[in-house]
Amino acid sequence: MTSASAAADNKFYQRKGLLGTLGRDGLLQVILIANTIIMLGPIVIMVFSAFKTTPEIFKSPYALPDFGQIANFMKIWTQTNFLRYLMNSFIVTGSSMVLILTLGTMAAYALGRYQFKGSTFILMFFLAGLTLPLKLAIIPLFMLLRDLQILNNQLSLIFVYTAMGLPTTIFIMTGFIRTLPNELEDAARMDGASEARIMWSIMLPLVRPAMVIAAIQNVVPIWNDFFFPLVFIQNDDLKTLPQGLTTFMGEYTTDWGVLFAGLTLSAAPIILIYIILSKQFIAGMTSGAVK
Amino acid sequence: MPQLRMTGRGLWITMLIVPPLAFVALFIVYPILSAFAYSFFDWQGLKRGDFVGLENFHTVLFVEPYRSWTMNAFKNNVIVFFALMVLQNGLGFILAYALWRELPGARFHRIAVFLPVVLSTIIVAYLFKLFYHPMFGVVNLTLKSVGLGWLAQPWLGQSGTALWSIIVAQAWHMVGFPTLVFLAGMQRIPGEILDAVRMETESEWVKITKVVWPLVAPSATIVFTLLFVGAFNWFELPYIMAGLDGSPFGSSDVLGLYFYRTAFGNVSAGQQDFGLGSALAVLIFVFIAVVAAVITTRLRAREIQI
Repeated sequence: MTSASAAADNKFYQRKGLLGTLGRDGLLQVILIANTIIMLGPIVIMVFSAFKTTPEIFKSPYALPDFGQIANFMKIWTQTNFLRYLMNSFIVTGSSMVLILTLGTMAAYALGRYQFKGSTFILMFFLAGLTLPLKLAIIPLFMLLRDLQILNNQLSLIFVYTAMGLPTTIFIMTGFIRTLPNELEDAARMDGASEARIMWSIMLPLVRPAMVIAAIQNVVPIWNDFFFPLVFIQNDDLKTLPQGLTTFMGEYTTDWGVLFAGLTLSAAPIILIYIILSKQFIAGMTSGAVK
Repeated sequence: MPQLRMTGRGLWITMLIVPPLAFVALFIVYPILSAFAYSFFDWQGLKRGDFVGLENFHTVLFVEPYRSWTMNAFKNNVIVFFALMVLQNGLGFILAYALWRELPGARFHRIAVFLPVVLSTIIVAYLFKLFYHPMFGVVNLTLKSVGLGWLAQPWLGQSGTALWSIIVAQAWHMVGFPTLVFLAGMQRIPGEILDAVRMETESEWVKITKVVWPLVAPSATIVFTLLFVGAFNWFELPYIMAGLDGSPFGSSDVLGLYFYRTAFGNVSAGQQDFGLGSALAVLIFVFIAVVAAVITTRLRAREIQI
């Protein structure tokens, strides 16, 4: 929000006089604080419980734990495939992101920078899948990946995530690329630079902000996805973190300390990145829905 | 030479556009179209059987026990949609309104409300499953410790509360999303309009219903559509919290679970029916597409009137 409009807002709200304003703002403040407690409470309990033994969790769920007691985490580290699941999630998410950003930028550049026959149709084609959930096409997708012989292979996930990420990426980036000025490009073209050189050296550096938005919009759902690994991956060595978590939760049903430690460890990477980059995350994840 | 230059440019554009096009065509458009084709075949197990026309559709809509399963799952999805409309989007609007005022700590509250959104659904599902545990879950422990022990329930273990317990977990998980979309919409309302309204009315309620709400209508259209699509292919949370059958007694069964169960149900026992599953998928697809289109056009029309 700009400071000018913030100031206008404030003026707007001051009309009821000091008391009235305090009353309403007080109520809103109470709503916000209550909500924040509800939002953070479960996460705090999860983290606290990760440092407790099972009896401690049952006896005093809210008590501050001894953070030095890391037996639960040691157990996960040494006795489960947790590290492997984490690695697999990195591999799948990382590869998908590289492909999404490369292919997405290519398509968006072609659609946003050049006029050619069929360009509107191609853009519509890319955007067609935006609201239809691909989950419901899982049967044909399963058969297709089987025929390509990449079931039970990380490529299946990478290809499907890439395809799923492209529509939003192309949507965001085409719009952005169209707003960039022509002058630099025209000047370079006069100097005899090739189209490829113009794209690489002149336009790409300018496109970076849109790439960041597109990256954030895709990285969270891909990192967190559970459904496609559930269908495509059987081999325990290839499981991603959310999928591996189900295996793990099934093994330790009575050891709640370890269960909470597993949840905490799984949530930690994305929570940490979110807290550091909350502004970019929020902008990135809501940008597709904000007009 | 211009001719040659055009050819080079055409080739360059083709090089840029074909690889991404191939990905979307192969892994999105082709499977979605194939789902329609599959639904016309008898297809149990991995081998395709005979062409049976509309029989799969007839089975899932009119033949028992499929008819009851379909109706039950659909009914539950309708409940899920309306409950989330109130809990998730309704609370989201109120929270957005509160955050808009930039009260002390607003930045912190904004970060907090969105934090669950970045968590994996699977983490949320297990977290709440543990919280709802009848003996040791934090929900019942809390009720007992404040003297409300008589309210303690096996939340996920009985028909009356299971679906609602999962809905609450979903609302907790996602309420930050509509909140921040609505907030962004509110922040774009020009200060002059707010000043003009101040001259016209005293009432907070009038201001919200006549000014703020209509002006965030574009955000609302998107938020409603996304909620609708999400609610009718809801899967992960009920899968972990209620199990593949929508336990207990199908009381938390939803279309996503029912579809998955029909398609991949018990692979090892050979109980998978791609034909019936595809028919279900097509029905859900068409339903989502039609209703989403209606929501979008109806709400769009409203945006313009105002």
